Amino acid sequence: MLIPKGTYVRIRDYLLLPEERADSLPESTSKVPLKCWIKGRLQEEAELYEEATIETATNRLIKGVVKEVHPKYKHTYGDYVEEIQRMREIILSEMWGEKDE
Amino acid sequence: MKCGVKRMSSYNIQDLLERKNRIIKDSVGLDYDTFERSGVGFDYEKMMHDAGYSFQEVQEIQKNNMVGDTPLIELKNITEYARKFASKGYGARIFLKDEASNLSGSFKARRAAISVHKAKEMGYKGVIAATSGNYGAAVAALAAKYGLKCIIVQECFDSKNLAQPEILEKARACEAYGAEVIQLSVGPELFYTFLNLLDETKYFNASLYSPYGIMGIETLGYEIAEETNDKYGKFPEVIVCTNAGGGNLTGTARGVRRAGADKTKIYGASVNLEGLHMASDQDFNRKSFTTGHTGFGLPFAINPDRSDVPRSAARPMRYMQRYYTVNQGSVFFITEALAVLEGLERGPAGNTSLAVAFKLAQSMKQDEIIVVQESEYTGAGKHHQPQLSFAKKNNIDISFGLPEKEKPGKNIILPISAQRIEVKNIDLDRIRKSYLKRFKKESLTDEDYRYLSEELSVNVDKVKELLKEVKG
Repeated sequence: MLIPKGTYVRIRDYLLLPEERADSLPESTSKVPLKCWIKGRLQEEAELYEEATIETATNRLIKGVVKEVHPKYKHTYGDYVEEIQRMREIILSEMWGEKDE
Repeated sequence: MKCGVKRMSSYNIQDLLERKNRIIKDSVGLDYDTFERSGVGFDYEKMMHDAGYSFQEVQEIQKNNMVGDTPLIELKNITEYARKFASKGYGARIFLKDEASNLSGSFKARRAAISVHKAKEMGYKGVIAATSGNYGAAVAALAAKYGLKCIIVQECFDSKNLAQPEILEKARACEAYGAEVIQLSVGPELFYTFLNLLDETKYFNASLYSPYGIMGIETLGYEIAEETNDKYGKFPEVIVCTNAGGGNLTGTARGVRRAGADKTKIYGASVNLEGLHMASDQDFNRKSFTTGHTGFGLPFAINPDRSDVPRSAARPMRYMQRYYTVNQGSVFFITEALAVLEGLERGPAGNTSLAVAFKLAQSMKQDEIIVVQESEYTGAGKHHQPQLSFAKKNNIDISFGLPEKEKPGKNIILPISAQRIEVKNIDLDRIRKSYLKRFKKESLTDEDYRYLSEELSVNVDKVKELLKEVKG
């Protein structure tokens, strides 16, 4: 699917390949590339997962692989955590007593 | 590895290292060479002075930007809760400086205000900061007010593209203030990415560790001392500062001393992340705190100049009188207590010092005052529920039990009762010895010893004694 010029997207670029990375890194870090992600408007029509240039919020032109169109914020308040409910009950009962009369 | 990808933003580390001093000098607006002394030291107070703003000017800049003058709240229910576990007559009054009410939601706005003001004054077109934390949002918000461009560089994802929820929220906040956010995978080369950007854009380096980044916090310590003195007729007995890069503690202590509160004790507090490697891709998402932890606290106390400027203005060992650590589970517990007992929903990392204060208050007298000197905003991602939920997804075991048994990266142990919140007092001489290790082969002059004595807040004889032990 062709993404129109001007669309707001998120791109990914490789800054350093494993062999270019700094010395004395832990193995789990040194064996993978250093990647970066930046958002901006497409400067030309592009395909998803293909290379394209974007203009960022500071008007820089950056080239990378288009990873996401109209990137959304996916972080949330997470799943229900039983331990939090239990902490709440512990705190309230230690402070105010077991149960309302 | 897709080697066919043309990498427009890549760089050569060696090349950047060679140009590092020039890039830093051009981007901070300070010539650090003028502060160096002949031996191992530098003139710290000259550096703070030459940065060029008086304390009154700092107050004025902050006031004009809706920064500072935050409420100092007495946590009456938390105090009562702590007293339930204290002996008769014990259980100090616990106060919280509610820094979440600053522009952008944290005390970091105090630091950003001065940096961004300086950048504007010197005619820079934009500012850059390397931070995954609240400082990014603070710099972005202040840059928005000053009409400057802003780039925030954050370490965010591991190699499986999994991100810390707290860092994702901060990226969102930065973008909400109009900043460009550059998100990186794990690795200390973030520093080179940052240098490369400074070189390319010629923007101002809004370093957390410049004199501007520290003098902005002096107002925080000053306000605490002044307000307690005005309202309660005395300075606080203890102020607890959440400690990471050391700037928070350094600036607060300097402000407290400026207000004349010489006897107020300044304690550092960090979440214990012992055993987790900060540069490890594998460990990155096995922690539940991205700041306020020992992974920053200890290395920056041992070597403050490991920062992004030649001489850091954050020098915690000059001011820290005790250093406590606390486990992740206890901080989550006290975060929940703050919400359900005080109606204050605040971000967990900022509550590190609250967990420590809760414990310490129990061995202080009832008429004594202990101040927790910051809080931070909370929201999706940046909250104990998403953080615990994320920990579970990363196979971290969550249970109730004895907090001191917690193994960072393996489990999180929540106290079964507030009585079980435990803190660990770190031996400051151990940190001092680690600091001194790099000088063990140098022949030091009297001036050097005097400098090290100031740096480590002990007398010259003690410096010599510690060095002797290091040499073994």
